[in-house]
Amino acid sequence: MIAVEGVHKRFGDFVALHDVSIRVEKGSLTALLGPSGSGKSTLLRVIAGLERPDSGRVAIGGVDVTARPPQERGIGFVFQHYAAFKHMTVAENVAFGLRIRRRPRAEIRARVAELLALVQLEGLADRYPAQLSGGQRQRMGLARALAVEPQVLLLDEPFGALDARVRRDLRAWLRRLHDETHTTTIIVTHDQEEAMEVADEVVLMRRGRVEQIGSPRELYERPASEFVLTFIGPVSRVAGAWARPHDVEIRLAPDGADEEAMVERIVHLGFEVRVELVDREGERLTAQLTRDEAEELELARGDVVWLRARRLARPVGGEPGHGSNGHVR
Amino acid sequence: MSARLALRAAVLGYLGLLLAAPVGLVFWRTFEHGLIPVWRVLSSHDAAHALWLTVLITAIAVPLNTIVGVACALAIVRHRLPGFGLVNTLVDLPLALSPVVVGLALFSFYGRDGLVGGWLEAHGIRVLFSLPAILLATIFVSLPFVVREVVPVLREIGVEQEEAAATLGASDLQTFLRVTLPAIRWAVTYGVALTTARALGEFGAVSVVSGAIQGRTETLTLYVQRSYEGFDTVGAYAGATVLAALAICALVLMSFLQRKGETR
Repeated sequence: MIAVEGVHKRFGDFVALHDVSIRVEKGSLTALLGPSGSGKSTLLRVIAGLERPDSGRVAIGGVDVTARPPQERGIGFVFQHYAAFKHMTVAENVAFGLRIRRRPRAEIRARVAELLALVQLEGLADRYPAQLSGGQRQRMGLARALAVEPQVLLLDEPFGALDARVRRDLRAWLRRLHDETHTTTIIVTHDQEEAMEVADEVVLMRRGRVEQIGSPRELYERPASEFVLTFIGPVSRVAGAWARPHDVEIRLAPDGADEEAMVERIVHLGFEVRVELVDREGERLTAQLTRDEAEELELARGDVVWLRARRLARPVGGEPGHGSNGHVR
Repeated sequence: MSARLALRAAVLGYLGLLLAAPVGLVFWRTFEHGLIPVWRVLSSHDAAHALWLTVLITAIAVPLNTIVGVACALAIVRHRLPGFGLVNTLVDLPLALSPVVVGLALFSFYGRDGLVGGWLEAHGIRVLFSLPAILLATIFVSLPFVVREVVPVLREIGVEQEEAAATLGASDLQTFLRVTLPAIRWAVTYGVALTTARALGEFGAVSVVSGAIQGRTETLTLYVQRSYEGFDTVGAYAGATVLAALAICALVLMSFLQRKGETR
């Protein structure tokens, strides 16, 4: 559906994208994930035509669109800071793309009503963007992008400017929306939890290159590099090796343990208890226990304990940092 | 409290003494002997022609500077091409230069012995001491206002709305008309009002290049100056009143439109 091949992009001396190739299947929801400066937004903007790659090709629906402007790519784009047309009402914002396409008035009215119902903004059609909350503005942005029935929906950190709760709600809502509409969707995010929760496939990027492509589960269980391992989900370093916090076992005696550490803080999270520790080298790590396990150990701040990794988390296959080519299945 | 009152009195006194009282006096002097002498002066051929010329020049210069001004502002803010930093500086030149210097510059450029004036003259085009020269001088001095008003607003709104319009299928022209222009419309309005006031009142540059030929190249400001020097006080005051009234109309209209815009 979307094929990016060998794309390079520089801004002055800064290499934003280096030989990036990805493939996104029709009807999928793919996340471009990475720390800031990894090139994920630039890649999205290259797909949209808002940025011109220095070399490489972009194809949408089997058609090479590299030389085409954004107007002719059949895309819908949602911006982090909403990009609402401030002088237009909510209804006028949503109708914008249809007006440009000179659709009949009655059709526009019906379509706008339908979209406002879809994004749950029915009563707010005559408001101006300034009178909406952030979450409402972003839903309006989504309705506006969907109005033109794009082949591809591109979202650039769509929930990045919203507070945590609204963010979680909209994330779940977006997933449901996608399951209803099946529009091929790419979402850019720096939040690994968001990517894991919402996407079928995750493209993890770092310093302008693709680090790994796979399902959330693949990335978690079979990380291609140490970077992927440490970026996807929490990890602790026990005696020089990586382990997931729930695989770190706390013992009160040294027999068979890997390392000695001191309890620094105990955080109760309902069913789970997070124990924060410091080892001999002063390195911090965490162990995740069930409440029962924690009660049995009777841990207190300042206790010296012994740690053992039940299972190690290791990168599999390929050398670290490799993987500029990949395919999303 | 008393300090605030004192401050208010000082500011009002300052403005009143320096601005309101002298301008008010012009109005009072004008109508000192009733409407009839004023009407007689204003309906004279020279005065009527001067008013006509001033309005004509303003009517040409303001739309032209509005279009060029918006284009300059877009060039300065949106296109980071080499040379646009220079545009940004050049645009301020008319504000920095005394109008007399502008007049002399135009004189040396378009005069018979000037850089292009000689060539134009040879082809039968006369710039100096005629309408084109007055127009050029007025355009020159009133160019910066629209640019200066629009540039900061364009910077503030950013490119996101324009990018959104592009992804929704709008052409560059559609984006400009439907998204950019509505976003900058109050800045343009404000700039137009200031440009109008400046164009109506231009004196220095015009007096150098127009030749101030009565009934032909004499604008209203030049008419006021000549009447005053010729001890025709009624003529001078009548002309001044018309000028002031036109400028005040422009400013009042602007603040009215602005207030209307802000309530939305």
